[in-house]
Amino acid sequence: MADNGKLKLGLYWAASCGGCEIAIVELREKILDLDAAADILFWPCAMDFKYKDVEAMPDGHIDVCLFNGAIRSSENEEMAHLLRQKSQVLVAFGSCAHEGCIPGLGNLFDRQSIFDRVYLETPSTDNPDSIFPQTSYQMPEGEVHIPSFYNTVKTLGQVEDVDYFVPGCPPQAPQIWAVIGAILSGELPEKGSVVGASATKTVCDECKYDREEKRVTKFYRPHEIIAEDRCLFDQGIICSGPATRAGCEARCTSVGMPCRGCYGPGPNVVDQGAALLSAVASVVDADTEEEAARIVGDVLDPVGTFYRFGLPASMLHRKKLEGVG
Amino acid sequence: MSDNGNGFEPRIVGFLCNWCTYTAADTAGVSRMKQTANVDIIRVMCSGRVDPTFILKAFVEGADGVIVSGCHPPGDCHYSTGNFKTFRRMPMVEALLEQYGIEKGRFHWGWISGAEAPKWARLVNEFTEQVRDLGPLDWKRQLQSKED
Repeated sequence: MADNGKLKLGLYWAASCGGCEIAIVELREKILDLDAAADILFWPCAMDFKYKDVEAMPDGHIDVCLFNGAIRSSENEEMAHLLRQKSQVLVAFGSCAHEGCIPGLGNLFDRQSIFDRVYLETPSTDNPDSIFPQTSYQMPEGEVHIPSFYNTVKTLGQVEDVDYFVPGCPPQAPQIWAVIGAILSGELPEKGSVVGASATKTVCDECKYDREEKRVTKFYRPHEIIAEDRCLFDQGIICSGPATRAGCEARCTSVGMPCRGCYGPGPNVVDQGAALLSAVASVVDADTEEEAARIVGDVLDPVGTFYRFGLPASMLHRKKLEGVG
Repeated sequence: MSDNGNGFEPRIVGFLCNWCTYTAADTAGVSRMKQTANVDIIRVMCSGRVDPTFILKAFVEGADGVIVSGCHPPGDCHYSTGNFKTFRRMPMVEALLEQYGIEKGRFHWGWISGAEAPKWARLVNEFTEQVRDLGPLDWKRQLQSKED
């Protein structure tokens, strides 16, 4: 705590979209309570701070650091190490830091294939000399450096020691406030806990719909069907609810969109994608191998569908890298 | 174990249902049918019990190939329709593994009845050579690969 009794808070974003920052602002009037309770020492998204300001702090100077974003580059990893050193409590905040999230789907590719796509192949790119980003370059003014881009997206917990994990893309405001409340009151859970979510329930338990024993003969993507006001899974829309930790109050299904799984694996689930694959297979209405193959063939992108938010944290982490193994 | 000269002995995990394929494997052994010694058999009560997590875990923990085998559908299953669960699930597992870059030849699923011991012995020998040709998978090295 600072001399004024306020909590010293740091917020950082690594490989993320900025949605977690907006989720903090979504606290609305409670942001004033946050300001009353905490001094913000570092929040590059919202205020002007430099990395050297953090480097100049004594170790453990920040009470709590909410770190959102995955580890995609050497800069992300450096900041993870620096903020761990300067913070007493390091929180993996949001799905990217927790499980890799959407940036983690980059693990179906590698650095070269991503660079080829971005710097050569996209229709709007004109790069006749095939120029790629270099990590260092000699300018007339001297040598300049940029961070290196990793082959593999990692979670914060895969590169640093993390105290708590807050799931969600983004974490929901009541959950964020519950976490900040726990920190302020000093009632911290056991290290390594996933906080701001349920330890015993899945999204299906919070969903307004009840699952019936329906058999599915065709799977739909959400834009291919106008959903009726009943369980989406029963209608053939792949919904991650059965394999996903509760805590979001089933916000997506409450407005007719299937759960995408951003809160991570449900209770007793080791690998969220494998669990969801099993759940999907269990509703397939097929009594022959040919019929089953036809129906599950509707699932065009199994990894992207079943591991949309958690590929880096899954058992296999990534697609096989050529030249390794 | 046979060796084709490259010194690589594949490790293969076989999830076999108690009632059909495990019985076939047992018969193949008791009948002294010649088989490579590369398949570590895990007996499950039903091929429908094989959670995709088991298959992924086998690969992550060092398997170079995985076999899932049960009773012929329809009709052979001890639990009537347990193997239906298998054929609803496995095509998606195949597609999943392909996206992960795990070669098709490293995963086999199918049906071998208790009376088909020679078929089991043949599968073991052919699959072992197929995986041997693909080389080691060594998924742990994937996870430990250093960034440059």
